[in-house]
Parts: sequence; C-alpha cells; structure tokens
Amino acid sequence: MTAIDKSHGTRHSVASQPPRRRASATEPSATTPTTLAPKPQTMTTATEPADLLRQMMRIRRFEEKCAELYSDTKIRGFLHLCIGEEATAVGVMSALAPSDAVISTYREHGHALARGLSMDSIMAEMFGKVTGCSRGRGGSMHLFDAERRFYGGNGIVAGGLPVALGLALADRMNARPNVTACLFGDGAMAEGEFHESANLAALWKLPVLFCCENNGYAMGTALARTHAETDLAARAASYGMVSWAVDGMDVEAVAEATRRAVAQIRGGGGPCFLELRTYRFRAHSMYDPDRYRDKSEIEQWKRADPIPALSGPLLSSGTLTEADLRRWSAEIDAEIEAAITAADQGELEPVADLTRFVTSEANPTGGPW
Amino acid sequence: MVTKTAAQSATPTTTPTADGARQTTYREALREAHRDALKRDPRVFLMGEDVGRYGGSFAVSLGLLEEFGPERIRDAPLSESAFTGAGIGAALGGMRPIVEIMTVNFSLLALDQILNNAATLLHMSGGQLAVPLVVRMTTGAGRQLAAQHSHSLEGWYAHIPGLRVLAPATIEDARGMLWPALEDPDPVLIFEHGSLYNLAGTLPDGAAEVDISRAAIRRVGSDVTVIAYSGGLGKALAAADLLAAEGIQAEVIDLRVLRPLDDDTILGSVRRTHQVVIVDEGWRSGGLSAEIAARIAEQAFYDLDAPIERVCGAEVPIPYAKHMEEAALPQPADIVAAARRAVAPNG
Repeated sequence: MTAIDKSHGTRHSVASQPPRRRASATEPSATTPTTLAPKPQTMTTATEPADLLRQMMRIRRFEEKCAELYSDTKIRGFLHLCIGEEATAVGVMSALAPSDAVISTYREHGHALARGLSMDSIMAEMFGKVTGCSRGRGGSMHLFDAERRFYGGNGIVAGGLPVALGLALADRMNARPNVTACLFGDGAMAEGEFHESANLAALWKLPVLFCCENNGYAMGTALARTHAETDLAARAASYGMVSWAVDGMDVEAVAEATRRAVAQIRGGGGPCFLELRTYRFRAHSMYDPDRYRDKSEIEQWKRADPIPALSGPLLSSGTLTEADLRRWSAEIDAEIEAAITAADQGELEPVADLTRFVTSEANPTGGPW
Repeated sequence: MVTKTAAQSATPTTTPTADGARQTTYREALREAHRDALKRDPRVFLMGEDVGRYGGSFAVSLGLLEEFGPERIRDAPLSESAFTGAGIGAALGGMRPIVEIMTVNFSLLALDQILNNAATLLHMSGGQLAVPLVVRMTTGAGRQLAAQHSHSLEGWYAHIPGLRVLAPATIEDARGMLWPALEDPDPVLIFEHGSLYNLAGTLPDGAAEVDISRAAIRRVGSDVTVIAYSGGLGKALAAADLLAAEGIQAEVIDLRVLRPLDDDTILGSVRRTHQVVIVDEGWRSGGLSAEIAARIAEQAFYDLDAPIERVCGAEVPIPYAKHMEEAALPQPADIVAAARRAVAPNG
C-alpha cells in the first residue's frame, strides 16, 4: 500500500522506521541523494556486510581491468562501466533468490557478477570468444545466463521492462513464488515502455521489482534537463505501486530495501519500485569524453564512494583488518588474471556457425533458415 | 462449446455437411483454432486489446473469455509494447502466449519488442533463450479504413531473421496454422487480412493442423505462374478464371509463409510456366514482391520467357474514398492485364 507522505508532498511510500543517514563528514550537497532508505536500526542481513564489501571490490577491480583491456584493444565495441554504482548491483542481487529472475541493461557487468555469472564467462564474452556467456555474440552489453535466470543486458533503454512483466506473469500463472527484478537507469523513465510497463505491472499486480539506478544522467543529459518531475520515486508511486527512494551509495540500505520490497512482492502485494540514487564515476562509455559534468561534481560524489563507505566502519569496528582487505585484493586480482588468461586462450566460434541460433535448432516445423 | 455470448454473434454458425465437412467462416475458423489450442495446452493464453470483454476487435475471440476466464483471455491496456514484451517474457517463462495486436499499423508501437527482443534474444544469447511466442494481427485494406488502419506491412516483418511470418488466405489455414505456430519454438507472426474475416466456405472434417513451411498451389496451370498471398489470393484466383476464358491457364501459388519463403514451390512453378506475375498488396519499392522477383531472377533467370510482372499496391498511403482505395489496390483486372503481357509473344 502506498501512503501519503505529506512532508514529501507526494503520494509516496516510505519506511515505517526513520531513515538512517550514513554518517559522513563529507556529505555531498545539492546533487546528492536525499536518503529515504527504509533501513531499520536493528537489521538482520541475509548477507554479511563483509561479503557485500568484497563483492563490490570484486566488481570495481574487474571493471578497472576492463578499462585497461579496452585500451589494449582486447575488448571492443561499447563498454559501459558501473564504477561508483557497485552498491546497487550488490545490494539488489544479495536480496534475490536463485529462482528469481533478473533482466538488466547494457551497464550490467556488476549485475552479472553479483548474480553469480563466472568472471571467466563474462571476460571471455567481452573477448568475443565462444567460451563467453553468450558465445561471443553479445559482448559487454548482452551478458546472458539462462541457468541463473539472468535474462540479459538489454541495449534498448527500457526494452527489458515489458519482458520482465512477462517473466513475472509466467511465474504467477504457474504459481511459482518468484520475483522478477528489472534494472534500468533514470533515462528509461523518459521512455514510453517504462510507463506502459509500470501501469500494466501495477494493474495486474505482477511480482516485479523495478530497480531504477538513478545516476543522474541519461548518457550525457542531466536528469533535470529531460524530466519535468525529477522525483522518480514519486512518479512511480503515481502508478499505484509501493515506491521508495534509497541511497544507492549505501549497499546495506539497498540490500535492506530490496529485501523488504521482495518480501512484499512475494506476499502478493504487487510490484514495487526502488529509486536507487547513485552516480557513475567514469564516463558513460569508452567513447564518452565526459564534457557535460563538472569535475568537482564527480569528486564530490567520490567522497560517497560505496566501498570506503562500508570498509571504513568495518575496519573501525574491528570486523575487518587491513590484512583482510589486502588478502581479498590479491584474491580478486588473481581471479581476474585467471579470467584474462582463460579468455585469451578461449576459442573463437567457427565462422561456419554464423547463422546458428537465428532460430532454434530443434525446430519441428522446418527451421532454421 | 458455444457460449451464450458466442451464440449472440452476428456471424453465421458452423454447420456440418453430409461428408463431415462444415460450412464456416475465416473468423470462426480462427476462433475454433484458439479454442482448440486453449483446451490442448494449459500454457496457451491470449492477450491483447479488447480480446476479452469486447470479444476481439474483429470478433475472433468472441466467447472465449466466458469459456476460459480472465487469466487466459487477458484484456490488456493500450500498451502494444508492454503487452507484446510481456508475451516475450511469458514465453521465456515457459508459457505459450498468443498476443493479438489490433492492426499491423499499431504493431509499429511494439516493433522494438518484436525486432530487438523476440527476433534477437536467441542469437544474442548464444542459443540460450528461445521465444515461443505467437503474435497475430490484422493487415490489409479494402474496408475504407484509410491510411492508419489499412497498410500491408507484413513484408517488413518478413525482412527480419528469427521470425516466421504466416499469412492464412483460406479457411483451412485460418483453422490450421495456429497450433503449429504455437509448437514452433521461435516467434511466429500471423497476419489476418481484414477483408477475409467474413469469408465463408467449407472446412474439411478433422482439419486442425497445416504445414507452416510450404507455399501451396491453389490452381494448376501451364501458361503463367501467379504468385499471391493473403487478400491477394482471391483476386488471383478470380483473375485466373478470367484468363481461362481467354485460353490462358494460370497456375496460382498461395505463398502462405512469407518467411521463410518456399523457394522450391515458386521456382518449380516458374520452371514449368516460364512466365510469372507477382501480386502483393504491399508497396512495390523494397517490398516482398521485390524479394520474390529477385529470387526468381537469381535462380530461374534462364527459365523465364518474359520479364517478371508485378501487381502491387500503389505507392500512396491508403485513401478513404472507395474508388480511390480500389484504385490503390491490386485488382483482378490488373492481374489479368499483367498475365496477358507476360504471355504475349515477344514480350
């Protein structure tokens, strides 16, 4: 159920517990998210904070290496990095069950890694090898893993949302208690497909979790330059679904919000919407000269970097030591190096296979053609 | 089972004949195909605008809501992209959805889903994600519905690898194409010509499934091959009658399957008759007729005794006024004239 949040002035659901702002001496200002995270004071997490931290470190380091490999021309095409946004990927995925479905965008390395796709299969995909998770047919933007119900990086902004509805509908028609999470950016909320999908999901009370990673920019265009109403959670709430704005730089807040939303959806409450307010530290893609935003803005957001934001308290409290972090870094680097070696050694798909998978190979009606 | 609502339909009821064949209509044959599929497979459901309470904008699904309930006969909002994409997702999730889009002109609002997802996911995922989706829509002119409800854009869809494109022109195909389309593991588009829904005729007993990979020769002839499909088939057969009166024996091919094209049937006929006329209600430029002509020229050039003739829709948005609409569409007289040119000595 949505609630009228009079203080907010919009029809907007917020958590029953007061939001806890992450303690930070360098709280960024105007462009920084208003934290409305539904984060209780006494939280029981399914995933330990240390695990969340390690996953974020793994995604960060993997993507930093991808940027290098792009410069080395090992990776080609478009490469969209989520550096700075790791908390949304890790937080959302930590709250989903293996039987839940995920559909993502072209900025999906983090989602895929957090969902459990192997680093080897992702790296090989970006190297264009047949050992890649999409046999080298998708590349960075189109990572797929049917076994993990990871229905792809979709390169069409908002193009995955209608598909998410159908996955959810199929689950419900078969009485399977699954949730379909669809991730998309703020740019998708200018697309008709978002609004069609939000309406239909709410109308049919489909088990869909809409996760809007609001990083403030649709490629190079700032939110306020393309949206008449920039409170995205409020707009989603107007469709009659529960909608929360969450500090997307706080992985625990994202995880907790997702857990609550998923519980509500699984309970038959219909779709939920999470606006995860985040920021990408790197350019939109490797082609992007990043001329549209001030360096100072980037620096300001880097002070809210989700990795030190979590490692700091864990070190202070003694949960982790510097040695733990060094060990993790070494393990991650070794995993990355192994993935690169495997990708380098992976076979290229024979050109003779070019027209395979245009249609199904076991086609009783005469294909493929 | 005929429900109360179905019984109230203005369309004629199905009447059995002595040999087990039945008098019925194209519309009723489609409805029977849906009813049969819904009964045979619990994964099948129908989704689209006005398919339920209204009974289908062309009354194809009249009575199905009462018979199968709102979970399986789903009225969708006017959100072509969302409900077509939902069909794709449901197919990925193990269902066998039938998505009805009111007309092909409206399907452009769902083109992103049809092209970028339905036709693409299997290949882009390296063979992991097949999309067993059926999308039905109305196509074609002839009902004075003007330029946003009348176009024949099936040729566009036939351009897209990954799709199977069907165009039932007969009652038997209206009855028999849906089930094999649902059995296809990949997306199938079925184009129903708006002027055919009231077509009345005989359905043989037990007709429930047809081959959805081959064209059909609807009339055998030795002098000229006339290739047509959908709403064009009746006109081609009418032209063949007129030509026969002049002593010209036309062989009439019903394409039935617009992708993949059945080259064997087309080329086999052309090699026998050595003359060919292609009838396509769609626009000539870059259209289906151009593709067929190119294949004949590539593969049977030396079998031709005359240039390939095409009778296509005029290159205009379809106008409203009856005389103008008729002028914009292939007519039997145009097909007769083209066939005469083709068979004339020395071209």
